Amino acid sequence: MEYTPNADQEISENEQPILQLEDVTIRYGDVPAVQNVSLAIARQQITSIIGPSGCGKSTLLRALNRMNDFIPEANITGRILYMGAELYSEETDPVDVRRKIGMVFQKPNPFPKSIFSNVAWGPSINGYREGIEDRVEKSLRRAALWEEVADRLHDSASSLSGGQQQRLCIARALAMEPEVILMDEPCSALDPVSTARIEDLMFELKKRYTIVIVTHNMQQAARVSDYTAFLESGKLVEFGETDQVFTRPRHNRTEEYVTGRFG
Amino acid sequence: MTPGNALRRHAIAKAFHFLCATVTWAGVALLGVLLFHVSYSGFMWLDGQFLSSFPSRFPEKAGLNSALWGTLWLITLTVAFSVPIGVAAAIYLEEYGGKGKLSRLIEVNIANLAGVPSIVYGILGLVVFVRFFGFGRSVLAGSLTMSLLILPVIIIASRESVRAVPGSIRQAAFALGATRWQVVRSHVLPSALPGILTGVILAMSRAIGETAPLIMIGALTYIAFVPNGPMDAFTALPIQIFNWASRPQQEFHQLAAAGIIVLLAVLLLMNAVAVFIRYRTEEGNK
Repeated sequence: MEYTPNADQEISENEQPILQLEDVTIRYGDVPAVQNVSLAIARQQITSIIGPSGCGKSTLLRALNRMNDFIPEANITGRILYMGAELYSEETDPVDVRRKIGMVFQKPNPFPKSIFSNVAWGPSINGYREGIEDRVEKSLRRAALWEEVADRLHDSASSLSGGQQQRLCIARALAMEPEVILMDEPCSALDPVSTARIEDLMFELKKRYTIVIVTHNMQQAARVSDYTAFLESGKLVEFGETDQVFTRPRHNRTEEYVTGRFG
Repeated sequence: MTPGNALRRHAIAKAFHFLCATVTWAGVALLGVLLFHVSYSGFMWLDGQFLSSFPSRFPEKAGLNSALWGTLWLITLTVAFSVPIGVAAAIYLEEYGGKGKLSRLIEVNIANLAGVPSIVYGILGLVVFVRFFGFGRSVLAGSLTMSLLILPVIIIASRESVRAVPGSIRQAAFALGATRWQVVRSHVLPSALPGILTGVILAMSRAIGETAPLIMIGALTYIAFVPNGPMDAFTALPIQIFNWASRPQQEFHQLAAAGIIVLLAVLLLMNAVAVFIRYRTEEGNK
């Protein structure tokens, strides 16, 4: 079951991985949620993390932009390198990390404000004052929401449908012009049509951003991602190109999971 | 399920409905009777002269000018002291302070403070503000004492409403690279403001009716001038009302009733302002 990473083999040679996890273990108190995970996340690719409920995939994802800092009993060992710099060193400011590595959550969580303010808030607290309208428009366009909301930017965000709200949350993350976008089951609260729209959007976003997505839905992982990591009980069972993981898995457990025999 | 059983359940449901309605309307009716009685006996004394005159031993010359202004000074200063401190304490406890033993100890203590009899705050105010700090029997000493009295109420209500702000909103804001202060200022406070204002209304209503701590710190019953600053001596509406009600003459009892009407009017006016602000912020949050 032990998997030893081999970054050169997994990722095309000339690409330096944007995020590199080395022997990462995350515990809640004494209970390990993620154990000894090592993997590399390729720039401008979609990496999906799959696995049964409670396998630690959300925990792992949240470690990548230090959102686990808000859980007092969570602690992490091992190293995570973001563009070569240590993510969990003393000198790293978690606030800076989150500006570079954005996040979209499982349930759409727009701020109880207007559509415009939702997108504008991130840039405005980071000191971007000029050209905020352009930035909001650009972000909404990239999130494929502009056409639907252009004439009602100052309406409340809660007037949007669930799928639109989730795209608004994506636009909100994009407005910070991050390098990486983490998505924690972004479609689990959405209907199939909205899900398809978000998946199309991910293909578009891939041209500029690196995406890491946690998903329950194996078809979705197979459809959208370039690389897939399969986690079970906090351990990384298999990591590789999505085609390979789904068609020629190296491990029995992976095969059993992707063919729907458990999970 | 037999029909008899269903009938029985319907009967119980109806009885419960009736019971709840009775209790609710009994409360309203009681309040109505009280208001009617007070208005009936005090209404004829309500005029410009009553509002603009100082206390007098002749009922037809007596008024509550000094008490009205004393109460306005007292409440304004009390709110100015207690709301910023109370809200800041609530935010610290909820957003910054840990969830450890110390935090729980503080929480229990604040809840206990809310239940301490007001006369105890009066003694504290007398010792600390009037004597130790040398503020004398001033509006300042009175409002600081009153602030201590209503701080627990404000802190508890503010904490509740800060806690009710969904965690997902905080997470979303943090994930955009916001600092804790930015999250609190832009999201937690605006969302919690309606609840905080409800707490402030309750606290103000308590402060405006309190008499015991004011008597304890020595607010006088006979003041023939309007306070011009926080260091002036003062009286307040409840003290004036109490003073009139304790006199033997029938006319003074009617003056007391008129004073109660003025007190209620001031209270309702303040609450209306707070409700208006709350309404506006709720609209803004949508």
